[in-house]
This record gives sequence, structure tokens and C-alpha cells, in this order.
Amino acid sequence: MKHTISVLLQNKPGVLSRVTGLFSGRGFNIESLCVAETLDQGVSSLTVVSRGDEAVIEQITKQLHKLIDVIKVTDITDKEYVEREMVLIRMKAEAHTRAEVLRVIDIFRGKVVDVSAKSYAVEITGSASKIQAVIDILRPIGIKEIVRTGIIAMSRANKTK
Amino acid sequence: MGKITGSQAVVRCLQEEDVKIIFGYPGGAVIDLYDALLDSDIENVLVRHEQGAVHAADGLARVTGQVGVALLTSGPGATNGVTGIATAYMDSIPLVVLTGQVPRPLIGNDAFQEVDIVGITRPCTKHNYLVGKLEDLVPTIREAFHIARTGRPGPVLVDLPKDLLASQLTFPEKTSISMLSYQPTYKPHPVQIEKACKKIIKAQKPVLYVGGGVILSDASKELTELATKLRIPVTMTLMGLGAFPGSHELSLGMLGMHGTYTANMAVAECDLLIAVGARFDDRVTGKLAEFASNAEIIHIDIDPTSISKNVRVHVPIVADCKNALASINTWFNTKANISIEEEAGRHKPWFDLISEWTTKHPLSYRENNDTIKPQYVIETLHKHTGGQAIITTEVGQNQMWAAQFYKFDYPRHFVTSGGLGTMGFGLPAAIGAQMAFPNKTVIDIAGDGSIQMNIQELATAKQYGCPVKVAILNNGYLGMVRQWQELFYAKRYAATTMNVTPDFVDLARAYGAVGLRATTKSEVEPVIKEALATDNIVIMDFKIEKEEGVYPMVPAGKANTEMLLV
Repeated sequence: MKHTISVLLQNKPGVLSRVTGLFSGRGFNIESLCVAETLDQGVSSLTVVSRGDEAVIEQITKQLHKLIDVIKVTDITDKEYVEREMVLIRMKAEAHTRAEVLRVIDIFRGKVVDVSAKSYAVEITGSASKIQAVIDILRPIGIKEIVRTGIIAMSRANKTK
Repeated sequence: MGKITGSQAVVRCLQEEDVKIIFGYPGGAVIDLYDALLDSDIENVLVRHEQGAVHAADGLARVTGQVGVALLTSGPGATNGVTGIATAYMDSIPLVVLTGQVPRPLIGNDAFQEVDIVGITRPCTKHNYLVGKLEDLVPTIREAFHIARTGRPGPVLVDLPKDLLASQLTFPEKTSISMLSYQPTYKPHPVQIEKACKKIIKAQKPVLYVGGGVILSDASKELTELATKLRIPVTMTLMGLGAFPGSHELSLGMLGMHGTYTANMAVAECDLLIAVGARFDDRVTGKLAEFASNAEIIHIDIDPTSISKNVRVHVPIVADCKNALASINTWFNTKANISIEEEAGRHKPWFDLISEWTTKHPLSYRENNDTIKPQYVIETLHKHTGGQAIITTEVGQNQMWAAQFYKFDYPRHFVTSGGLGTMGFGLPAAIGAQMAFPNKTVIDIAGDGSIQMNIQELATAKQYGCPVKVAILNNGYLGMVRQWQELFYAKRYAATTMNVTPDFVDLARAYGAVGLRATTKSEVEPVIKEALATDNIVIMDFKIEKEEGVYPMVPAGKANTEMLLV
């Protein structure tokens, strides 16, 4: 099963390789990984999406927590959370497809960020499933290049109080 | 306070930690540090190979419980130490390894003797550092010691760029270390303790399965109290030997691949397995699906990752073994309505079954008066040292025979590379142990293969007056692999025959040591007596029966009940 794990870690040199080395060394899988600093420059936040049965995910969270530079590990999969991913797609955009491309990205609330005679570069943000849906629809029209950020995620605020 | 150099600051950090002996090898990148050491009371033991330095520091740490320190130069000095670091990591031994690094402006330029040792050792250290700023130097070394010795101990490497060691700084005051992201759990959760105790009360056939964690946390007293009070039999892993007295009536001996018949049967049959400071290693469990498959499992460990890693656990207790065992003892001592005697008496049928197994298949070997049996050598060593010696081992058959036949009654007296299985460990580890306890008898039980992996350290032992004893169980083979080939590869002895080995008696003489040889059984005892009476390094070369095997043996992948017996 797919799990989204949110990790807070010390923003120090080599920290990311400790995390990725842990995954490769122990044969855990990384589906996507995103990391950047938080409001506190000394702390980074990392979102990793992995796959595995319950025992594997338990080991992943424990092993992550065991890293000296890791402050907090939360498997947010079963919690209420929002996730976002951004994708940049360069589309073939020739006379007969330009309008179609624009229509599709409009439906998905994307925008054009670069234009040339034969292509559009578009930016779309959303959940991982939405990004996948856009790609599936745009692919038959003609995708030239694609860059995805990987997923970032945040738990929802507690609404009962 | 006046300014001092980075090197002097490092030395002062070592003094703060009460380090008396370090093991190392100089080189361009650490020449300043060695210069500063010369003005201190810290003794540097100059080894002959950096692997030996780390193993010796490891040996010292295992017998004393203190943090061992090794000092290596950059590049090849550091990479030579990696096997030693990985050895300590697998067995959770507290070490601080200081390595020199090229000056900061050269880092990343493929400078002379430059290597990314922090990158190389990331997966085999508990933590490691490249000190990037002068103001970080002292706090980093203090933090390294803190991390090495706390929680589940382990090796910590600190890489020191040469220019920092030569810079001037003001030595900062010592402050207490608190780390946001590193707070090991020492105290057990009372709810979990209660759950565990209730399971212990209900159990008809309990077994304590004890690993190196009990020794690391100095919990032998608490363990012995629990076992004897409730009359629970104890089996130990290789790393746990000595945590509970091996000659005690409740001891089942070692379990696992070369464990006793009784221990393996007891674990297979038990209804409650109490794992303490052990990690369900594959050499212990055999085929996982059939390991303790009739039992509920309580697991005490300070490292949460060890719990439910290989085997699903019913009552996890994350805590220091000593605290957890003490809490269990307290629970039984203070809870009303429990008669300890009655509890202990309830296990009688279980002990009847256990003694049946032991009677049927005791730990034994086929005695033979014509050849030297390695087991006989170990038994004779035990007899003449009164079980008081510190025993180190190499890896292979020598290690297993030592584990089986030297009945370890005391913790920190058996020093062996359990997790990594590093040949060449025993001799340098013996030197480390002997440096820590100059008056104790320290014996490296070796094979003719393993001993050659770090035999150069005989010169170190000689230089520092370490009268270590080396008992070579010499069969002219890489015996453990040969045994596997005999059993599972139709006796095709591929690359396990060592036709050419040095004459170990002559070799001893060449190093200024004493060499003794036994080729018949009757020579064994006199050789051992003479060796133990000699105040010098002694190499005992025992020409043992060439194709003797280690039994019982659980073939790889089989259940522990499917043992090959003598």
C-alpha cells in the first residue's frame, strides 16, 4: 500500500543522503521525495511516498526516526491531509492542437508558462491523482517533456476545536 | 582563557571524557593531532594496520563499557578502518573514530589522501560528522561521545580537516548536551511492564532469550534475579554469552545455528519467549516461520527498530534492558497475591522436559586420544584459567567452539565479532582488552586462517608489553567454510585448503614472542600451563583434527529443530 510520510529533519549537510541511503541500503522503495527548508532555517521538511506492507512501513518510520538528524516522523496516510504536486509539461502545440491543449489545461486550472511556435509549456498543480489524470488526457495530444516535483503533504488542522 | 590549537582542543576533549588510551596510526592529516597528544597523558598505541586500531579500541570498549577511541589519518588510513567500524556497528559497541581530512580548501578536489570517509561510513556508523567550522570542533567531539555511549551504543566518526587542527581557538566551557532529535527511551512504560508480567505469570513454559544488550546495559544482576527468582531457563545469543552464568543450572547455553539441542528445542516448544537485548538475527532464528512458533513474545530493547523487525512481537518494551528488568523484578516483589515460590514451582514439568533434552543430546564431541580435539583445547583452557580469562575470538569454527565449550560465567569476558563476523578481529581486540586490564589473562582463540588476517599486530602487542595469548586451532583449512562444503557441496573443498601457513612457533619467535606447539593430546595441557605461566606473548599452535566439525548445526534455511548432531 502507498504511504505518505512526513519528516522533519535538521537542515545540515548530508542529511538527505542519510535518508536516501537508508532507503537504498535497506531495500525500501521511494516513489517520490520532496525536501525544502521550513520557516526555521535550521529545520527541513521532507515528504516521502513509499510502498510496502504494514511491517515494511513500520520499519521505514522507525528507521527514519533512528537517524540522529531526524526530529519527527509522521505517517500521515491514515490521517486527514492535503497533498499537492506540481508538474511542468511541454506540449506539442501545432495549429490543429493548440486550442485543444488550452481547453484541457483550463479544465484542470493549469496555466501556460512558456510559448513557442510549436509548443506550450504548462503548469498544473494538484493532488497526485489529478496530475496523473492530466497526463493521461494530454498524452494522446502529444507530450514532449515532463517534469514533476513529487508530492508535498500537510496534515489538516484539527477542526473539532 | 588563552587560545589553543584545534589539535590541543581535541586532546582536551579526550581528557574531558577520561580517555586514557587511544589506538591509532599517524599520517600527514593528523600529524598536528599526534604532536599535541605528545604533551598529554593519553597513551597512543601505535598499531601496525588501521583495522587493528579500530578493533583494539573496540576490544577495550567491550571489556570496560567505556567508549573506545581510534585515531586514523585521512584517505587509506580512514578506509582501512572501515571494517573495524562496521564490526563495532553491527555489535553496538561505543567508539569514537577520529579521522584526519585534507584541509578544507582542498576537499572535493581529489587531493592527496583525500577520501569522503563520511560518505563511506554513513551506513556503518551510528552517526558521523565532517567538522566544517572551527567553532563546531569541540561541540562535535562532545556530541560524538554522547551519541556513541547513549541509547543503543555504536561507533561515531568525526572527520577533522587538517587546517582546523592547526587553527587557534578559545576552548569553550562544557555544557550539558541536549539534542532535539536524539532522545533515547531509557524508562519502560509501566503499562507494558504490567502486561509483560501478567504474561510471565500465565506462562507454563517460559524461556529468557538474552542478547548483547544485557551486557551493554550492565543488566546481568537484574537478569539473574529475574531468572532465579521465577525459575525461568535462560538461553543466550553469541553476543549475550556471559550475561547469565553459563555454568548455572538455569542456563540452556547458546541458541541458534550452533546452539545446544536443549536451547533450540526449548525455544521451539516454549509458550512465552522473553527476548531481552537481542535482535532475532538469522543465525539465531533459523527458519523464521518455525522460530518460537508456539510462543507469545515479549521483547525488551532500547532500539525500537529491533522490535518486530524479523518476528512479530506481542509485548514490545522500548527501554534500557537494565531498567526494564528491574521494573519487572519490582513488579513481582511488590504485587500482592503472588507467591514467588508457587510461581517458580509451576515450571517443574517444563524443567523435566528440558533435562530430558539435555540428557538425550548434551553438548558433546567424540573424544579421541590419538588426535587433538579443538573442544578439548577449549575445555582445558577453561580449566586452567578457572573460567576467569577474557576470551577473544577470530571468526569461524574457532569462534563457535569457544562459544560452546568455554562456559562464560561473567559479562564482558567474551569478545567476539558477532554481527559482522570479521576474521582478524580477535588479536587486535585482545590487545585492546589487555591494555584495559593489564593483570588479566587475555586469550585470543584463533584459527590458522583468521589469525593471519591481522597477525601484524603481534608487533603492537610486543611494543606495548601486552602479554596476550593466542591459541591457534590449526587444521590447515578455512574450517567453517570447509565444513559447509563437506556437508552441502559434496566435499568439494574450493579455496578452503591452506597448504602454506607460516611456522607459527618460528613466527612467534620472530616477533619476540614465545611459540609453543602441541601435536598430540597429551601435549595440550603442558602447553597451556606453560603459556599461562609465561609473562610474554605466547602463540600456542594446536594441530587439531583436520576435519572436525562444529555441532550441533542447523543448516541454513532450516528450522532450529532440524539440527545435525554429533
